[in-house]
Amino acid sequence: MAEANNLFQVEIITVDRVFYTGEASFLEFNTVSGEMGVYKNHIPLTTVLAPGMVTIHEADGNRIAAVHAGFAEILGDKVTLLAEIAEWPDEIDVSRAEAAKSRAEERIQRKDENVDVKRAEYALRKALIRIDVAGYK
Amino acid sequence: MASMRDIKRRKSSIQSTQQITKAMKLVSTVKLQKAKTHAEQTQPYFNHMYQTMSSMLAKSSNINHPYLTPGESDRKAVIVITSNRGLAGGYNSNIVKLVTSGGLDRTKLDIYAVGGKGAETLARRGYDIKEDLSEIMEGPTYQDAKNLCNKVLDSFSKGEIGEIYLAYTHFKNTVSQEAKLIKLLPVEVDPTQEDGSDDNVMMNYEPNEEEALGMIIPKYITSIFYGALVEAVASENGARMQAMDSATSNAEEMISDLSLKYNRARQGSITQELTEIIAGANAIS
Repeated sequence: MAEANNLFQVEIITVDRVFYTGEASFLEFNTVSGEMGVYKNHIPLTTVLAPGMVTIHEADGNRIAAVHAGFAEILGDKVTLLAEIAEWPDEIDVSRAEAAKSRAEERIQRKDENVDVKRAEYALRKALIRIDVAGYK
Repeated sequence: MASMRDIKRRKSSIQSTQQITKAMKLVSTVKLQKAKTHAEQTQPYFNHMYQTMSSMLAKSSNINHPYLTPGESDRKAVIVITSNRGLAGGYNSNIVKLVTSGGLDRTKLDIYAVGGKGAETLARRGYDIKEDLSEIMEGPTYQDAKNLCNKVLDSFSKGEIGEIYLAYTHFKNTVSQEAKLIKLLPVEVDPTQEDGSDDNVMMNYEPNEEEALGMIIPKYITSIFYGALVEAVASENGARMQAMDSATSNAEEMISDLSLKYNRARQGSITQELTEIIAGANAIS
């Protein structure tokens, strides 16, 4: 069990709202240089987020969300994620994500000159994460 | 003295104008409420972004990043945010005035117009409208801001433009809005505004500082664009609400003035009729 003094402040702010504020004992997220886990008193660090799953380990259970693009600022006892898009599992439209997934796959398969493969791959990754996170409903 | 009929016609025309301005005021009041809440919701993101940028730049003065130094070109891009609809008092003309008298050389400006009114006026005055993105104002989304940001950053890195400015209306509160012209690139953060709370913390960056800065600056600019768009919508409705409010009360004043004139004219005509009847009766008897 997480003790009270292990907790640190977590804030997830998106463009249109304050997505989450609370206390957690452990926080996992995905950055451009790999997955990352943060405990209390982490060294101050600013890092750029990659599309991925964020797991907030609260005192009484875990919360999972999908976060796409943004950056994280870690300051000892406070972590702030500035995200462009963040969604809870129950906010995700799975059928839309599935559609986006097959669309992106089709674009990558086609190997057309006009297709921006990087963009398609990015879209595919976002769709996969959405589907993945929605499974935790 | 105008005839009774003329006065009556004038009065009813003003009355119907007043009804229109009153309705417009109510509509913009509702829209303002919505836009205001939206603007308030975007505030935390924007504030935090600004804080992070300030502290990053304050602590990394020795970084030599392309976004922090002026480009070679002497052309400047100005993003001008106005409205698509008129009847908003000085809202649009204040922004145009700011651009035309802002000390910027007209021949060296590329205007990215968001909002039809500003685009029209600036084009008429001979400004070079590089792009007209007026449809954004119908309902700005973060994606719109991102596209706009990619466009200007693209021409910045290609060296087509050396500096980027943004002209928009800052929403202070319901009754006061302020037209603002701010410089976006090269990034300049006012050091006096920085709060010194985390001054002693040595921040680390991942990947390295320069790469992180390169990725965060576009996000910073996008968030400024988005904040400005959302604030501009609120300001537009605030300005329109005020304009329509004063138009309604002006109409009220004119109507009461005309009512007085109408009653005088009516009295005058009755008196005249009576005098004529009496004079006629006297002549017969």
